[in-house]
Amino acid sequence: MKSIADLEKIREAALERVNLRSDRQGIRIVVGMATCGIAAGARPVMMSFLDEIKKRGIEHVVVTQTGCIGACQYEPIVEVYDGDEKTTYIEMTVDKAKRVVLEHIVNGNIVDGYTIGSYKK
Amino acid sequence: MATNILTVENFQKLAKVIEENKGRQGALMPILHEGQKIFGCLPIEVQKMISEELEIPLSEIYGVVTFYSQFSLEPKGEYVISVCLGTACYVKNAQPILDKISEVIEAKPGGNSPDGKFTLLATRCIGACGLAPVITINEDVYGRLVVDDIPKIMEKYL
Amino acid sequence: MELFRSHVLVCAGTGCTSSASLKIIEEFEKQLEENNLEKEVKIVQTGCFGLCEAGPVVIVYPEGAFYSHIKVEDVKRITEEHLLKGRVVTDLLYKDAVIENQVRDIDEVDFYKKQKRIALRNCGLINPEDIEEYIAFDGYKALAKVLTEMKPEEVIEIIKESKLRGRGGGGFPAGLKWEFAAKAEGDEKYVACNADEGDPGAFMDRSVLEGDPHVIVEAMTIAGYAIGANKGYVYIRAEYPIAVKRLQLAIDDAKRMGLLGEKIFNTGFDFDLEIRLGAGAFVCGEETALINSIEGKRGMPRPRPPFPANKGIWNKPTLLNNVETYANIPQIILNGPEWFKSIGTETSKGTKVFALGGKINNTGLVEIPMGTTLREVIYEIGGGIPGGKEFKAVQTGGPSGGCIPAEHIDTPIDYDNLIELGSMMGSGGMIVMDEDNCMVDIARFFLDFTVDESCGKCPPCRIGTKRMLEILDKITEGNGTMEDIDNLERLAKNIKAASLCGLGQTAPNPVLSTLQYFREEYEAHVLEHRCPAGACKALSNYYILETCKGCGICMKACPVEAISGERKQVHVIDLDVCIKCGECMAKCPFDAIVRR
Repeated sequence: MKSIADLEKIREAALERVNLRSDRQGIRIVVGMATCGIAAGARPVMMSFLDEIKKRGIEHVVVTQTGCIGACQYEPIVEVYDGDEKTTYIEMTVDKAKRVVLEHIVNGNIVDGYTIGSYKK
Repeated sequence: MATNILTVENFQKLAKVIEENKGRQGALMPILHEGQKIFGCLPIEVQKMISEELEIPLSEIYGVVTFYSQFSLEPKGEYVISVCLGTACYVKNAQPILDKISEVIEAKPGGNSPDGKFTLLATRCIGACGLAPVITINEDVYGRLVVDDIPKIMEKYL
Repeated sequence: MELFRSHVLVCAGTGCTSSASLKIIEEFEKQLEENNLEKEVKIVQTGCFGLCEAGPVVIVYPEGAFYSHIKVEDVKRITEEHLLKGRVVTDLLYKDAVIENQVRDIDEVDFYKKQKRIALRNCGLINPEDIEEYIAFDGYKALAKVLTEMKPEEVIEIIKESKLRGRGGGGFPAGLKWEFAAKAEGDEKYVACNADEGDPGAFMDRSVLEGDPHVIVEAMTIAGYAIGANKGYVYIRAEYPIAVKRLQLAIDDAKRMGLLGEKIFNTGFDFDLEIRLGAGAFVCGEETALINSIEGKRGMPRPRPPFPANKGIWNKPTLLNNVETYANIPQIILNGPEWFKSIGTETSKGTKVFALGGKINNTGLVEIPMGTTLREVIYEIGGGIPGGKEFKAVQTGGPSGGCIPAEHIDTPIDYDNLIELGSMMGSGGMIVMDEDNCMVDIARFFLDFTVDESCGKCPPCRIGTKRMLEILDKITEGNGTMEDIDNLERLAKNIKAASLCGLGQTAPNPVLSTLQYFREEYEAHVLEHRCPAGACKALSNYYILETCKGCGICMKACPVEAISGERKQVHVIDLDVCIKCGECMAKCPFDAIVRR
């Protein structure tokens, strides 16, 4: 440790590791991980989100899980909370997850084709 | 306990501890702590060796050993039972628990049982006030006790 | 860097460790492995959350689900339900955290809502054994700022400006202490930390050391820079093995990362820390006694002046502060004195940590802004008195403090108010008492403690407290006279005036304050040979009430056959035979036996 910059570097790296516990700001990706969700393949989806976000070094995004969202036929369901806005993605897969990260999280464009709204249409 | 604690090995261990700490300022307390760990207590023979090595009068060392309640001149029992008499435990009836244990193992607070197996201590707060009243037997902690729990707990150790 | 979707925080403070939290961590590790969750969920062992009553405590983030009284067997369920399937196990949640099936965030539990955490800010949040987590939450930033941007005088000015007062008991302005030590002449100076927390019922310093040890390392290094010292000592009770271990680890890690040692942050400043263990002497919490103990002597106080700021350890200028005082320092440096001053009352700034215990629903550690009333602490944070009993008094300041009665429960807590009420802040024990606690007996309890712990150097304390205890024994046994009460009061005042150190000077406080507020209880013992609370054994008897069902359980329980009565008839205790062991009352299934 030689300077404040060194300290700041460690701080940022460590903060990323623990940000779940302090940083409630930013985007939250919630993966439905009830029994039905897991059965439908939610686990690899979530791992895919984690991987992708880590790979791209995106900050202020929290990936978390939740219980049954209540629409089992659409599982795996993923909800993205960005401020007050909530987007619900359904029938997610590992590849779809990657695309959501790229388009929605990075570029801010909702991937309309995957949302629950588009399905109903 | 009848086992001899004043063994050559123990004195060798002590000599090593003294050697390591000799140069430090205020080395006496750390050495006494280590000595107590090695021998289980600090009998006069141990104090003599420390006195000679550190060139501190034996009277002074004896004064320090007897001042602090954690240092003891006699060996402790196989099981050390500490009954917390901190304020939180006291207001939640720790005293009758101490009395009961004292009755069961036939030892007065601060003393050993006749067979030397148990040492009974009344200690100050151990900081587990949420569990009050609390006793510890060596490493085991028993909390939220009532007098009736005591015989059952003691059975395990008798 | 690994990312985890969930963090499981398990309290590994002493309170929870004694109720097996380490086994819980082991079990979690096992369960995660079995369920292939080790890459998604991280287990973190933290310091004390403060709610020891509910221990062992486990918190799962990001939901903030607050599980209490967790047993090893529960771990499997939490893993399978919550971590695997995402369903919070509501029946294991802390009772106050569940409202209409809505899981509330831990911050919204009543116990935490009124608190403001500065000294305890990291306790229960970070892994105390991981220096990087401390750094993540702005750790060592204050040290960096001080060393690279500020002159020592500026640091002292900030501390003075913040109006921080010593949290160890007396409440002496910390900034002034720093200034005295800085101005003292000496080739070598020392910084010392008093972690010899001896008050029965107080454990906040232990929790800081266990939950956030780096804050002490950082603050002491800052203090070293401010007063011109290169060496620090932390004096810890040997009874706190977890705290000792974690602080040692913190010191080693800080050294490894260059945050302690030579040329810290590439400046010319060197600083090193060493731990010294106490050996079970309460008086060593007194500053001059502590210094003697560090030097390897009997822990007896020295007359003051000279004060430690001029002649401390090895007769060199020494700055001595308590753990909680140090824990405030980095935050004051980072947020500025104005921020700190905005919290608290006119004369007492910032927050104070209290160890809430005794007859209260939520025992644990609470940190509140100065000026919070006793009522708020006891009823809103503490959740009131269990069993529908009536609040009688709250004892603050341990053996140096006094009992504050119900009529003063709306007093805002600060240094001066408590002293005015005949008590004191002390290190922050707060023991709540209900109608079953006898005030004379409590005074006797504290005197018993002081007599035991008096070092014997000065006669007022050595002989005086012993005489006071004898009088109190006499009164609680029903043999007291009115003259005894007067003598007790006179003795108390003389001991207060004539003792050498803080221990003796404050030892009579428990007696004086109970005499002030509960004199009628003393008089009832003397004049009516009666203990109104039914706590003094010699003065109370066991009686069977009319609600007795005549089941005969008490009769069987009685070791001296003092109970008689027909089946299904109200039983009677023969008071001449009764040895007052209390077995009958403990055994009665109908609560029909009372002591009064």
